[in-house]
Amino acid sequence: MLKVTGIEKGIVIDHITSGQGLKIFEKLNLHKLSTPVVLLMNVSSNKLGKKDIIKIQDYLDIDLTVLGLIDPNITINIVENNEIKEKRDIEIPEKVSGLFKCKNPRCITSVDDYAEAEFTLVPNGKIQYRCSYCEELTEYKL
Amino acid sequence: MNLKGRHLIDPNDFTLEELQQIIELGLKMYENPEKYSEVCKGKILGTLFYEPSTRTRLSFESAMLRMGGTVLGFSDANTSSVKKGESIADTIRCMDDYADILVMRHPREGAPLLASQFSTVPLINGGDGGHQHPTQTLTDLITIKYYKKDIKNLKVAFCGDLLFGRTVHSLLKTLSRFPGISFVLISPEELRIPYHLRDEIMNKHNVEIIEATSLEEHLCEIDILYMTRIQKERFFNEEDYVKLKDSYILSKGKLKDAKEDMLILHPLPRVNEISYDVDDDPRAKYFHQAALGVYVRMALMSTLLGVKGIC
Repeated sequence: MLKVTGIEKGIVIDHITSGQGLKIFEKLNLHKLSTPVVLLMNVSSNKLGKKDIIKIQDYLDIDLTVLGLIDPNITINIVENNEIKEKRDIEIPEKVSGLFKCKNPRCITSVDDYAEAEFTLVPNGKIQYRCSYCEELTEYKL
Repeated sequence: MNLKGRHLIDPNDFTLEELQQIIELGLKMYENPEKYSEVCKGKILGTLFYEPSTRTRLSFESAMLRMGGTVLGFSDANTSSVKKGESIADTIRCMDDYADILVMRHPREGAPLLASQFSTVPLINGGDGGHQHPTQTLTDLITIKYYKKDIKNLKVAFCGDLLFGRTVHSLLKTLSRFPGISFVLISPEELRIPYHLRDEIMNKHNVEIIEATSLEEHLCEIDILYMTRIQKERFFNEEDYVKLKDSYILSKGKLKDAKEDMLILHPLPRVNEISYDVDDDPRAKYFHQAALGVYVRMALMSTLLGVKGIC
C-alpha cells in the first residue's frame, strides 16, 4: 500500500471529491510553489468511498476561497508541530474577484485590463455571481 | 439635496427622493427656461461618445448651452485617440482637466463605471451597451410626472427588445422602486428581460410582472405603453435580427381598446414599431418626451455641478 508521511507544518486539503484534486492543484497554482506538495488521488475514505487529498508543506499565503466554489465537502486542516491546530470549514464566498471572468462578451472586463470585476453571490440557490460592471450573472464552473 | 460632485452611472445611484427632486427642478426649468439661461456660465461639458447618438448627445449639448455653458468632445471613437488604442482610464485622466462634467456613451457594458473610477469630475452614463441608460430614465420619469402628476399606482407595459434594451432595463429598475407599479413585459421569447433584472424586480422589490408575446392582449388595461426598437446593432448575426425586427408594430387601429389617458412613450429613434399614423393620436407623447429630456438633463447637470440657488 502506498504510504505518504504527514507534514510537520502546513495545510492539508482533505475530503476532495475523487477526480477533483488535480483541478484544484492547478487552480491554486500549486505547481509554482517551491516547497514540497503532495497530491493523493483515489484514497480510501469512509465518508466518500474514494477521495483526493492535497498536502502542502509550510503554511503559505494561499487564497483558498476557490475551494468553496468547487466542493463544499472539502475540509482544510492547518498543521503545526505534526498536529492539527485548526480545522476550517469551507463556505461559498460572498465576494470573489480574480478567479474567473464575466461570461458577458459585451462586458468592459473582457477588453480592458483596468477593469477587474468583483463578483457578488446571488442568493438564488445556484452558484451564480453578479458582475460589478455589467451585472450579468456568471455561473462558476471549475 | 446635495449631489455636487456625484456620478450618475446607474439609476440606483440616486435615492427616489433625489430622483424626484431632479425631476421637479427639470419641470421648473421647462416652465421658465430664461431664469436658468446663465446658471452654468463658464462651465464646460465634455461629451465622450464612443458609439453613435443623435438625441442623447444633442440633448446634453442643448441642455448645457441653454444654461450658458459650453461643450467639447467627440462623437465618433474613430476620430479620437481611442482609434490609436488609448485606454478609457487615460482618456478620462485628461478629459477631466478639460471639462467640469462628463457624459460618456460606450458600446461596452460597465465602461462608464470604469471611467468614473478615474474621473475627478462628475461623470454621467449616456448609455452603455445593452446595460443602462439612466438619463433616458430621467427623461421617461419627467414625462410620466408631467402627464400623470404622480409616479405611482401605474401599470406599465414594455414592448419590443427587452433583452438588449438599455432604456428598458434602467426604467424597469427605477420604476420598480416606486409604489404601486406593475409591469406587462411584451416581447418575443428570444428577447425577454435578462434573468438578473427579473430577479431584482421580483425578489428585491416584489413587483408583479406579467410576461406576454401579444401586444394587443393587454392593451386595454395599461397606463403607459413603452415601445422600443429591435436594435440591429445588438445582434451578432443578421439572420436573428431579420427574424425578429418586425415583431411588434403599433398602429392607430390597435389603439381602439386602449385607455384614453394611456401614454405612448418611446426612447427613439423609431424605425417601424410605431406607425406614422399614431403620431397624431393625443396619447402619443414620444416627441414631447424627447423635448423634456433636455430640461431634466439641465436639472441633472446643474445639480451635479453644485450650482447654487437653482432649486
